[in-house]
Formats: sequence, structure tokens, C-alpha cells
Amino acid sequence: MSVIRLERRAAPSRFWSVATPILAVALTMIAGGVMFALLGKDPVAAIRTIFWDPLFNTQFAAYSRPQLLVKAGPLILIAIGLSLGFRAGVWNIGAEGQYIIGAICGAAVGLAFYPADLWIVFPLMVIAGALGGWAWAMIPGLLRTRFNTNEILVSLLLVYVAEQILASMALGLLRNPEGGGFPGSRNLQQYAAASNPELIAGTGMHWGVVAAFIAVIFAYVLLTRHITGFHIRLAGQSPRAARFAGVNPARLVLLCLGVSGALAGMAGLFEVTGPAGQISIDFNVGYGFTAIIVAFLGRLHPVGILLAGLLMALTYIGGELAQFMLGLPAAAIQAFQGMLLFFLLAVDVMTNYRIRFGRGAAT
Amino acid sequence: MNLGAIDPVLLIASLMVAATPIILAALGELVVEKSGLLNLGVEGMMITGAICGFAVAVETGSPVLGFVLAAMGGAALALIFALLTQYLLSNQVATGLALTLFGLGISAMIGQAYRGVKPPATAKLNLGPLGDIPVLGRMVFSHDWVVYFALVLVAGVWAFLKYTRGGLILRAVGENHDAAHALGYKVVRIRLAAIAFGGACAGMGGAYVSLVRVPQWTDGMTAGAGWIALAIVVFASWRAGRVLLGAYLFGGISVLQLNLQAAGVPVPVEILSMSPFVVTIIVLVFISARQKGAAVAPAALGRIFHASS
Repeated sequence: MSVIRLERRAAPSRFWSVATPILAVALTMIAGGVMFALLGKDPVAAIRTIFWDPLFNTQFAAYSRPQLLVKAGPLILIAIGLSLGFRAGVWNIGAEGQYIIGAICGAAVGLAFYPADLWIVFPLMVIAGALGGWAWAMIPGLLRTRFNTNEILVSLLLVYVAEQILASMALGLLRNPEGGGFPGSRNLQQYAAASNPELIAGTGMHWGVVAAFIAVIFAYVLLTRHITGFHIRLAGQSPRAARFAGVNPARLVLLCLGVSGALAGMAGLFEVTGPAGQISIDFNVGYGFTAIIVAFLGRLHPVGILLAGLLMALTYIGGELAQFMLGLPAAAIQAFQGMLLFFLLAVDVMTNYRIRFGRGAAT
Repeated sequence: MNLGAIDPVLLIASLMVAATPIILAALGELVVEKSGLLNLGVEGMMITGAICGFAVAVETGSPVLGFVLAAMGGAALALIFALLTQYLLSNQVATGLALTLFGLGISAMIGQAYRGVKPPATAKLNLGPLGDIPVLGRMVFSHDWVVYFALVLVAGVWAFLKYTRGGLILRAVGENHDAAHALGYKVVRIRLAAIAFGGACAGMGGAYVSLVRVPQWTDGMTAGAGWIALAIVVFASWRAGRVLLGAYLFGGISVLQLNLQAAGVPVPVEILSMSPFVVTIIVLVFISARQKGAAVAPAALGRIFHASS
């Protein structure tokens, strides 16, 4: 037997389940600092620029603080949906594709009404966006339940398909007829009935952020107070027990994929009508993938995801700032975010296992 | 439209080139999955291998050295997966995803200095009289060494799994790690070796994309090849020989669609570009529908092994 042993805890440690994300962030800062030093940047300045300056630097905070909610909104909205599936052992990793399709469907509905100035346009667009994302997620869902096809691979492969559809839409069907032949749709921000403006000036709050907060509350109630939430947790922890408890596995798969798809689709719609403004070839920026990190960093718990979404948004904004101020490469932030997930998964062992030192009989 | 411009001989020759990175990556993942692990980080290991190989080949002028270092780079990243899943007992799906996200970031970071640089060419092998055979010579015997290396590796992995004691132990670990542990096999050590092998293969596959197939560096240039490789392992029903079939099928479609684009077929470019992915999904559906109920996947796939539990 080795000198260091792991001993399974009877129940996950409450202390460590809160402490591990914090520990992971601290470790990532250290490792990230080393990485930045290797790139020839001052590690302390880099970490401060990423985590401190966007919020408290007198020069930048006025611009970057509202950005926090703008970036956190879609991350939280998508991650909440994903977390339900991840808890149940349903792995939707193609949220990026559902996000794209949601944006396309929603924008298409809005553009079809152009230039009618009706209040109903925006709600219809939100519904279309949610349905678009839902439908795109139903492809891996139905293939999994009908043909037992691996949903991880199908949902991911569909991201590449969605990106091609996006390119086709931006260059063809949804292209701005008055855009002088340039790719990209009409700017929805300039079409009042279809736009998703900042609700309170200077906060960055738009309808997508509101939807994200509602999703957090909804998920919290679902998981702690509702039988469906119990079934989701049960299916993840013990699929056999879940079947005995009368959980229909196929329905659960469709529910988890459907909800996460619809939320990702809505996130895409709120983005295309608000911060992005139009359907363009490079409309998607990887929120669907970063949301996976957010879901795990938040320990698949709604409140945790809320905090994790804000933190991850901070690294985005801080990363841009560091790019601008210190010439830090944009990819360094992506690597930094990946590192965060590594450390989180590594220290998570503390939640479920006790570490014992010294020799002893392993039972 | 000019379909006459598509030369079937050239088509098959370039199919073999297009399939090579997929064969390498899928073969590595096959061995990993046979040991009972699911590593979703293939894309991340491939892109890491792609930049490691590219950087080393450019700096040293030796593509062979590039491939060697690409294999080491892929294996190094894979060892992070090994550390997390084998010693810290993390969830394999999440860890694999982290590997992909991290690999894409770190490769783009290293790759900044190599944009627009041309790597040294990987020479085609001179197979003597074989290359002079009409049609077949140009089609099959006019490639670089990696293409043949991948084919030899297919045979090697097949023979290893089927005929050797080591292969039997690896399969035993993948089918039932508790039983293998009880028999005294070092489950974790065997899996470490499998993961490192998988990483090395994926790294080489990535380097083949950046050094031969494209050949230049762009961010995220493996463009889903790692995910295709994962799908092909399922397609192959965890058999080495069928990996070859799957990779050639996929390689054929991706080469054909490029040729059709060039020939100006009246089909939107986007439809052609998405076709390899759509076909992969469709094939995956057929295979999994047929496999339904039959236990073809390694039984311990994706389950966490802890000696005390």
C-alpha cells in the first residue's frame, strides 16, 4: 500500500464542496501566474488586471462593470440547463450549436416582421429562439432514446453542422438586403420591436440577464422542491435505483436535453438581439463551451453556477483588458479557463474522499 | 460544373492522406477505451500535437523529430488526464472536456509565433518498383512514411489485442477492473500506459494535419477531427480493423466534398462542408441501433476504479 491513501467518505463533505471551487481558483491564479511569467509578463500585474481592474480600476471599471452581466448572462443561462443534464448523467456538450440555431431561428422571426413595429415581435422571437435550441437538442435526444446513439458525440458533431448553417444564413437567406452585399443580417439593435436593449442604463442588464436569474431560481426550486428534480439527482447517482423508483429514463434524457437546448437557444437569441446585434459568420464566441466549465465550477448547483458565471465573465473581461494593457495573447485566457477546470476536478477529490497518510490496511 | 476534373486515382491517394490523422487518433483512443476509459480529450491532444510537431519541425528542420515531439506532447497532455482520473478519481467525461478546452487554448498560445510559417516538407517515400506500377503506384505507393506507419500501427494494435498476453490483460482491465485487480494486475499502471499511448497517437495525428495535410498553422486547425476519431471508435465497434474502414469512409467523404466544391457542383458550399459531420452522425445512428442490447463496448468503460471500494 502506498503512503497516501484515499478513503471514501460516507457522504460528500459539505465543507469541501464549498471550499474546492475557491481552492481551485486560487491554484489557477498561481499556475496561471507561472504561465504568464513564462510568456514574459509580470504575473502579479496580469492577475490583477484580470481579476481586479475590471471591477475597481477607476479608469476601466465604468466600462467593464456592465460588461460583467452582459457576459455572465448567457454563460449562466446555458450552464443552468447543462447542469440538469450533467446531474442526471446526460451529457449535452453541444450547447454551442443550440445557441447558434436559437439565434438564427429567433432572428429569422424578427426579420420576417421587419419593419412592423408590434410589441409581440420580441416575445415571439424569444419563443422561436427557445424552440430552435430545443429542436436542435432533440436530435441527439431522440437518437439516444430511439437508437441508443451516444449523445455526447452527436450533440458535439452538430456544433460543426450549426456553424455551417450560420455561415449559410449570414451569407444568404438572412443577409441584409440593404447591406451592400456584405455578409451579416440587418442590425436588430436598430429595429426597436426586435431589439434587446440595456434595461437599466450603466448596468449591462438586458432581458437575457433577467432570464438567467429566473432560470437560477427555477432550477433551484426544481432541484430542491420538485419530484422531477429528485428524479434527475437520483438518475445521476444510481440509475438502477431510479428505474425502481419509476423514473422513465428516456423521458428524463429528452427533458434534460430539451431544457438545456431551449435555454441555450434563448441565450443565443438574447445575444443576437442585444450585445451582438446581428447574425454574422463569427457570431458564436464559445459561450456554449465555456458554460460547461461554469456548470462544473458552480458544482452543478444553481447558486454556485450564478457565482461561477460571474467569475468566468470576469476572466473574459479581464482577459480582454490584459490583452489590451499587457499584450497578453487572447488564447492565454482560454488556456487559463481550461486550467481552472483541471484544478477544480483535481481538488474535487477532497469532497468525496478523505486523504490518509501513512501505511495502513486498505479495506 | 466540371466533374471530369476529378481524377479517381488522385481521389483515392488523397483519401489515404485525409484518413491518416483520423486513423492514428482513433487507434489511440481505441486502446484507451479497451482499457475501460473514455478520454474525450482527443481533439485537445491532437491540436497540442499539431502545434508541438509544427514548432519542433520548423525550429529543427526535421519533420521526423516534429512527429516524435508531437507524440510526446500529446502523451504529456494525456498524462494530465491520467493523473486526474486515475489518482484523483475525477469524472472522465468532464476531465476529457477540460483537456480539449485547455489544449485548444495552449496550442493557440504557442502557435502565435508560427502563423504564416511554412514547415519543412515531409518527403514521399521512394518505394522503388512499387511506385512504378501503373495506377496503383500513384494511388497507394506514393505517400510519406506516416501513412504507412499508421497502417502498420493498425495491424500492430489488432495483433496486440488479439494475440498477446498484454492485450488480454488490457482487455481484462477494460471489461472488469475489480476482477483484474483481484487477479493482481496493476489496473492503474496498465491504464496509465494506455492513456499515454492514446495521447501519443493523437499527437502524431495532429502533427500530420499541421505538417502534411494543410501544411501551416492556424488556431483550432484540427477542426473536429478528434471528435470524428471518437465517433469512429464507436463505428468500429472497438475493433482495430474497422477503424481503418471508418477512417477511409470519413476521409473519402471529406476529400470528395472538397473535390465537388472545386468542381463547382451546384450544391451550396455549406452543405458540402457539413457533409462529413452529417454522414458521421448518420453512420453512428445505424451502428448504435444495431449494437443495441449487444455488449460490444468494454464493460467497465467510463466507470471509476478505486481499489478500496
